[in-house]
Amino acid sequence: MSDTSHSAVFVRKTMLPPEPAPARQTGLSKWVRENLFSSWLNTILTLAGIAVIWGLASHFYPWFRHGVWNAASLPECRQIIAARWGEGATGACWAVIHARWTQFIFGFYPPELFWRPVLTFGLMLVAVAPVLFTQLPRGMLKFSVVFPLLAIWLLWGGSIWPVVMIAAGFAVGYLVARILAHWGMILAILGAVVAAVLFWIFVPGPVDEILGRVAPIALEPVASRQFGGFLLAITLGAGGIAMSLPLGILLALGRQSDMFLIKTFSVMFIEFIRGVPLITLLFVASLLLNYFLPPGTNFDIILRVMILVTLFSAAYIAEVIRGGLAALPRGQYEAADALGLDYWKAQRLVILPQALKISIPGIVSTFIGMFKDTTLVTFVGLFEPLKSIPDSIRADISWKGTYWEHFIFVGAIFFILNFSMSRYSMYLERKLKRDHR
Amino acid sequence: MTSASDAPDRGFRLSQLIYDTRYRSLTIQVITLIVVMGAAGWLVDNTIQNLRVLGKDFNFGFLDNRAGYDIAQYLIPYTNDDTHARAMLVGLLNTIWVSLLGCATATVIGIFVGVLRLSKNWLVARLMTVYVETFRNVPVLLWILVAMAVLTEITPAPNAYKVNPATGEASASMILDSIAFTNRYTAIPSVSFERSLGVIDTALAPVSLNVLAIVLVLAGAIWVNRRLLAHASAVQDATGARPVTWWKSLLILLGPLALLLAALGFQLHGPTLKGFNFTGGTNVSNAFVALWAGLSLYTGAFIAEIVRAGILAISKGQTEAAFALGLRPGKTMRLVILPQALRVIVPPLISQFLNLTKNSSLAIAVGYMDLRGTLGGITLNQTGRELEAILLMMLIYLAISLVISGVMNLYNHKVRLKER
Repeated sequence: MSDTSHSAVFVRKTMLPPEPAPARQTGLSKWVRENLFSSWLNTILTLAGIAVIWGLASHFYPWFRHGVWNAASLPECRQIIAARWGEGATGACWAVIHARWTQFIFGFYPPELFWRPVLTFGLMLVAVAPVLFTQLPRGMLKFSVVFPLLAIWLLWGGSIWPVVMIAAGFAVGYLVARILAHWGMILAILGAVVAAVLFWIFVPGPVDEILGRVAPIALEPVASRQFGGFLLAITLGAGGIAMSLPLGILLALGRQSDMFLIKTFSVMFIEFIRGVPLITLLFVASLLLNYFLPPGTNFDIILRVMILVTLFSAAYIAEVIRGGLAALPRGQYEAADALGLDYWKAQRLVILPQALKISIPGIVSTFIGMFKDTTLVTFVGLFEPLKSIPDSIRADISWKGTYWEHFIFVGAIFFILNFSMSRYSMYLERKLKRDHR
Repeated sequence: MTSASDAPDRGFRLSQLIYDTRYRSLTIQVITLIVVMGAAGWLVDNTIQNLRVLGKDFNFGFLDNRAGYDIAQYLIPYTNDDTHARAMLVGLLNTIWVSLLGCATATVIGIFVGVLRLSKNWLVARLMTVYVETFRNVPVLLWILVAMAVLTEITPAPNAYKVNPATGEASASMILDSIAFTNRYTAIPSVSFERSLGVIDTALAPVSLNVLAIVLVLAGAIWVNRRLLAHASAVQDATGARPVTWWKSLLILLGPLALLLAALGFQLHGPTLKGFNFTGGTNVSNAFVALWAGLSLYTGAFIAEIVRAGILAISKGQTEAAFALGLRPGKTMRLVILPQALRVIVPPLISQFLNLTKNSSLAIAVGYMDLRGTLGGITLNQTGRELEAILLMMLIYLAISLVISGVMNLYNHKVRLKER
């Protein structure tokens, strides 16, 4: 016995090893209790949720598991399923997707030319990348500017020279604007528009012919009626998005303008477009545009639809951006004025960067809405992937009666594209967030 | 004495139209006016020329002609001998009917899902997230077509509800003995009155006096109930104690209605299977049910997000302040959170109602005869009057939208923050 510890008081000299928390307070059991069974209401909800999941799974899982990928027709699918899983078993006939997936993607585009839409889609990713992600070299933006015209040529084919002439018209307009910019913004814009329009009216006709003879660079032309499936949806969607954003910004600025007439026209246009369903506008594109244009004019149905879709979503985007403009504190406008910036400089350098940042979620959801709405072109006779293509596949006797496979396949692609768009908008919102609350 | 900054008065110069801010906006507006008027004139001129080339004119006389086609679903009496105008009205009422029902169900779904998505229950919150994301990211047309395919491909034929005499069982059974989904229609109960008050025939549609009486009694009961609540509030303000009102409210709201229904001899008729079809009840077309379900589920997902955002927008301090005042959770919700959340929720909610109304024009995909199906569909094809029919249809939709947004503006004005 040591002589130093006479005291009856016990003093612990070493730390006890930490005890594990009580079993009820850790790990799975705690989580389950707190998140699933914290009260009787929660317990009921959890049980109901489990019942729903079980109901869905017990219905759909066998159907998925029995799926057949290789068959020539729906009856053959059913035979295979019956042979493999017993009489009366139901299953998905994915064979219809396997056999006809090119139609879902390309519509009736000539099969030997599939490389053109594929190349265009690849180039689109390259062109869109620097717009979406600012980390990429800015030089890539030059390609983004050229890409739309390149895409038109690749998709529709024909001689390259009309497309070059369109580009040349833009170049002429730009040059005129640069020269006139010295005398003020309004003059520059007016001059550029007039110069470009004059160029397009007078130059391309004869020059096309000469260039076409000297250097006949051409692709096999493809008619708009042959477009279909997701090729059509993405063409309409991407074209509409690219054109509706600038138009929407102008309309929003017009609506916020101090000038009475500009404001009135903008309000009338926006309210009219927002007040009617897209279907009626598509009817205008397919039936009425022929009335409104000079007799004998008959231009491409996809272009007509794209113009109306653009106007439609521009009106919605204008409203979203107007919200952003209204949300900016008055001081920002006054500060820009105090710095002596003129209207366009103030908008470009101070107002719009902030207003657009606020509006990102709204703009992206408008884009998602527009992409979904491209399916409505089925009602003007275009072959979009949701209704027209499945209908045309079901018209084939071997696939008559296939419904769910089409819905699931097309729905999944729409879901993936739209969901990634909405996730991108969240990323952008986080990245541009400046105020740390 | 003149200050140095005063511009020397050299009279009006043309360049002032561009450089002088006093005149510049005028210049721009005049140019805009000229351009817009020019464009409008050009369009009208083209239209006139095109009409002349086609040998057509622009008049709405065709609306008075005999329509000559049948409409499967109508709310007011219609036969194919009626005029195109009547067919248009039938279509318009069908549009309004499916929109109203759709808005109601979408709101219920939206509130339910939106609240559940905020629930602490992990499983339910995830399930609701899956629902919202799935429905929001896929075109509404797909949901309408899916609903239609479910109804026509999966539900049994009406005669599947027939009891097999050998086994004593039917291969399909009705829900609550009153609703039967079949691959051609959905059979639901119908109502009738034994001692009916009759109907008044107006030019537009026969008005049932029974319905009118029920509406009047209900309106009266609601008015009396509001007086009662106002009185209770006055008593509360004066004495601090609120009289118990719930049973009085219940009595006022339900008592007269029950008496009226008993006096009229109100009866419910469940559908019964006779031969190959259900009779006795009402058979609702699958097109209507599919459109209704598709629109409600799709819009419900958007409304759920609006409700969730509205509730999240109210800062936690409000709840804490209400608790500090001694309010119970129920009262906190009703008196503090909801009034503030509604201000955030209602404007986007109404714009969703607007979207639903416009999306109801997708009725054409399942063959429900709405405005687009009658005026913009068969009437247009039969008469060949694209210009008139489409313009009229757009005007009607525009009018509906403007009415709805007018209501929204009124509401916004009423609930806006009263700032100092």
